[in-house]
This record gives sequence, structure tokens and C-alpha cells, in this order.
Amino acid sequence: MKESAQYKLFKVFNVVVLLLIVYFTLFPFLSIVAQSFSSEVYIKAGEVSLIPKGFNVETYKVIMSDSIFWINYKNTVVYTVVGTAISLVLSTLMAYPLAKKRLKGRNFLLMFVVFTMFFNGGLIPNYVLINKLGFGNTMWAIVIPTAISVFNLLIMKTFFENIPDELEEAAVMDGSNTFGILMKIVLPLSKPILATMTLFYAVTHWNSWFPAFLYFSDKELFPVSIYLRNLIKGAESSLTSGATSADNLNQISSNIKSVTMVLTVLPILCVYPYIQKYFVSGVMLGSVKG
Amino acid sequence: MEQQVAKNVKTQVPQPNTRWVRAKKLIKKDWQLYSLLVIPILYFLIFKYGPMFGNIIAFRRFIPGGSILGEEWVGLYYFKMFLQDPTFYLVLKNTLVLALLLLVLTFPAPIIFALLLNEVKRKGFKRLVQTVSYLPHFFSMVVVAGMVMQVVAVNGPINNIVEMFTGERYAFIQLPEWFRTIFITSDLWQTTGWGAILYLAALTGINEELYEAARIDGANRWKQTLHITIPGILPTIVVLLILNIGNFLQVGFEKILLLYNPLTYETADVIATYVYRIGIQSASFSYGTAIGLFESIIGLILVFGANYMSRRITDNSLW
Repeated sequence: MKESAQYKLFKVFNVVVLLLIVYFTLFPFLSIVAQSFSSEVYIKAGEVSLIPKGFNVETYKVIMSDSIFWINYKNTVVYTVVGTAISLVLSTLMAYPLAKKRLKGRNFLLMFVVFTMFFNGGLIPNYVLINKLGFGNTMWAIVIPTAISVFNLLIMKTFFENIPDELEEAAVMDGSNTFGILMKIVLPLSKPILATMTLFYAVTHWNSWFPAFLYFSDKELFPVSIYLRNLIKGAESSLTSGATSADNLNQISSNIKSVTMVLTVLPILCVYPYIQKYFVSGVMLGSVKG
Repeated sequence: MEQQVAKNVKTQVPQPNTRWVRAKKLIKKDWQLYSLLVIPILYFLIFKYGPMFGNIIAFRRFIPGGSILGEEWVGLYYFKMFLQDPTFYLVLKNTLVLALLLLVLTFPAPIIFALLLNEVKRKGFKRLVQTVSYLPHFFSMVVVAGMVMQVVAVNGPINNIVEMFTGERYAFIQLPEWFRTIFITSDLWQTTGWGAILYLAALTGINEELYEAARIDGANRWKQTLHITIPGILPTIVVLLILNIGNFLQVGFEKILLLYNPLTYETADVIATYVYRIGIQSASFSYGTAIGLFESIIGLILVFGANYMSRRITDNSLW
């Protein structure tokens, strides 16, 4: 196959563009890492871009010895584990029956579920409800209301639909009930989708900050995202509202913020190379039948 | 409990007697499946449909600590109130501007990115670009906002470059005229790579023989892209466009909440952030709900409208 000169030129251009995209994608992150290892003096002077200047690991030590930081970090881990477990159980319980085409009322239930993708109650009715249920300042406020993601549910349903019925019929002959079939036959066959769903939900819970911001006032309950948010916003809002020195938040340096950001994304970065392919396959699965 | 579900089915589809008998038999056979559904359905009723019903406080005066459904009917009082509120028109304008910018700039970006990636034949390079470009999708919005602020900070790397050319440094995050640029650019950064996945999946589904035939007809790569590749991913584009239009007015509320400040309200304040400040910070629950409900209903109309249009024009639709 002969390629035209034009197409060859395009290919070179294409590689350059893609390399630039890689560079700009990594840039903000690398710049944060550089700042986290630099001395504040050089950051203030605007001398740090991608290479640390005045190498410094003191801030890491300071942040890592802050007990509130660790309490918040531990909270994030707990919320992620509990939230992911609840999400997985509820999604499986719903996706499995919905995958059965013979189920009466299935279409109605699908509509019932999908409708919530396009119309939600809105911020304030949710806020009123969660507080009325007594979820304020409890873990439930952040792990329950977002437990099922309709998008993930539909991906799971598609996967279950592709498990051959014959396998289950054999188990029925052996006298298993539906729950037994789900546990003994369907779930062991569904490891790939369960892995993907675990990752989807875990990343969502790990990154979640807004519900905690809305419903928590107790510092000890904050996830680490709120710890970081308060560093970022605290510094900034006291700056713009012209707060006095009484508000020591505006002393928070770029260096400290960078360190906290690096520590927050570190777990994601560590597992990212290994789990990336599951995410992609998960999205692909969902897109087959949409 | 399974009887409850059975009742639902009955009221939903009134069927001739024989079919109803058959349905009853099916339900009896599948009661175990229905029982699995009980808790998830309760979840949806309470946490998804409950708040929808809770929107009733847009028409009733709500007192914090009082009844969850408000105290007394006030009709359209709160709706009239926001129609007379100058801030409402400002946030409506800002929302529409940002939503349009997102639609015009960040919606096509993943399509173009996927098409560019599709031309890369070297597997290793392709995987590298993909791996890197997906990364920002996995960062918490707080981290994204933090990075944006550090990058555009007065002593940050962007200002280092700006200073070289202009000799000055700018506090971009406090300048209303820069907010939209910062918002859209960071959105491109965060969503383009991950957004391309669905298109890449669709691209692998295109029949190789079509390209073969086109090549024999003498079509160059550009012609092939126009006449084979793009039509091949059109259904995906349409579906994602409809979904996108459904969220048209939501414009990345969490990110705005993290990035804006009173100095940039002029361009950064959108309906959702206004609802947050009115409803939660100032505790005007009913007023905030009325504005939120207005936004949700517009969103719903947009989805149905987009779906209808697309079914008429391209034969592709969500339902």
C-alpha cells in the first residue's frame, strides 16, 4: 500500500500533536510534584516550573505528622471501602433480575431507573431529605445516597445478559434457588465485571468531596478531600475577602498545598497503571449495547 | 413483598384476562428474582424519587426544622420571586454561555482526539498516549481545582511564561474575564482523553472491508475518514450528544464551586452555584428549590427534545 506524501506529512503532524497532548496533560501534575519538593521562597519568586528548586522534604514530614490529616485520610479509606461494598451489593441485586428478559415489568423498571439519569430531585430537596433522615454528620450521608450509579448498573446488566441461560438451568435442576444460582454460578462467572465495578465505585468514593462538604461539620469526620479543599479555599477566600491576620489560613503556602495534593492522588497513581485496562474494558462492555 | 410488585405490574399494564393469568404465573415463578429487587427499588424510591417529590417545597413555604414538605401553599410565589431577581438573569446568562462553550469546545474534542489516535499504527505509542490522557479523569475535583489554581497562580508556571512576554504577572483566578478560559481549558484537560474511549470502541467496530473497498476506489485517507469513519461512529456521537444535552445546564457545578470567588461571580456564578448559596448558605430552601426545579425541568425538556430531533434527523436515539 503506497501512502501519499500528504498522508506521510499528516502522520508526522499527528505524532507531534499527540506528544504535545501528553506533555500538557502531565504538566500540571509534574508542576505540583516539583512545587511539593521545593522551598517556598523559590515558588514565591516564580522560579519553579517542572524542576524542584531548593530541595525540601520538610513539608512532607510536617503534613504527615499532622494527626488530623491522618484521621481524614483514614476516613477516606473507610468511606471508600464501605461505600464500594454497599454500591456493589445494591447494583448486583438490581442488575441481575433486570438482565432477565422474561421478567414481567422489566421495561417499566428500566424506565423507572433510567429516568433518574435525566431528572434528579435537585440539591436542596436532597439536602432536606438527608438531614431529615438523620444522616447529617454520619458516614451514611455520603455512602448511601450515591450508592447506585445508573450508568454502572446498565453496564452490569449488559454483562449478566450475556451469561448463557443453560448454565443456570442446570443449577435449577439441581434444586438451587435464585439466590444460590446468583452466588454459586453467576457471580463466579462475573469476576471481570465485578472487578471493573469495584474500581469504578472505589474511585468515585475516593474522589468524592461535595456530600461530605454539605453534610459534615465535624472535622474528625472529614475525608481527606475536604482537608485539601479547606487548604485551597481557605487560603483563597481569606485573601479575597481581605481577612485580617487573625485568619492564619492565608499563610498556607503553595508548597503545603502541593504536598497535600500529591499525597491525595498518590494511591490512585500507584494503582492506576494496573487497573487502567479494567476501566477501559468496563466502558467498552457498556458501550456494546449502550 | 412480591405481591406488591405484582400489584404494580397489574396497575401499570391492564391486560386481557388470559394474559394476566399468564403474567401471574410468571411472577409466581420468578418471585425470588423480584425479592432481590426490593432493597434496590426502595433505594430508588427514597433517594432518587423522594427528592423529586420533595420539590414540592418550591410551592410551599418551608421552615428549617419544620415539615419536610413545607408548611403552607404559596403557589408560584417563589417562581415570581426569581423572575424578578436580577441575579437570576445573570446566573442564567453565565450558565448558558458556559454550557454553549462546553458543547462547542469540549464535546467535539474527544471525537477529534479519537480520530487522531486511530491514525497511529504503533501500538506502544498509542497506549502511552491513551494511558496519560486518561489520567486526569481519576483525579478528585478538589485536586483538579487545586492544580488549576497552582498553575495559574501569580507565581505559577503560566505566569512565568506570561511575564517573559508582557513583563507582568496576573492573578488570573481573580479576574472575571479569565474565568471562562480557565474553566473550559481545565475541562478539556480533564475530560478529553477519557471521553475518547467510547469513540475508540466504536472505531474498532467499523468493518475493515469498507476501507478496503474505498481504497480500491481510490479514496485517500481523508476521504475514508469522511465517508467511512465518521458515519461509523455517528451513532455513538448522537447518543453522547443527547446525554450531554441532558446535563447541559449543570456545567460542572462542583468545579465552579471550588474555582470561583466573589471577585469572579460576574462570569462564574451559574444557576447551580446560586441555588447552593441561596438554599444552603442563606437557608432560603423554598426559593433555592424553585430555581433548582426550573433548571431540572429545562434539562428534562432538552433531553426529550434532543432525542426526538435526533430520531427524526439521524435515525439514532436513546429510546
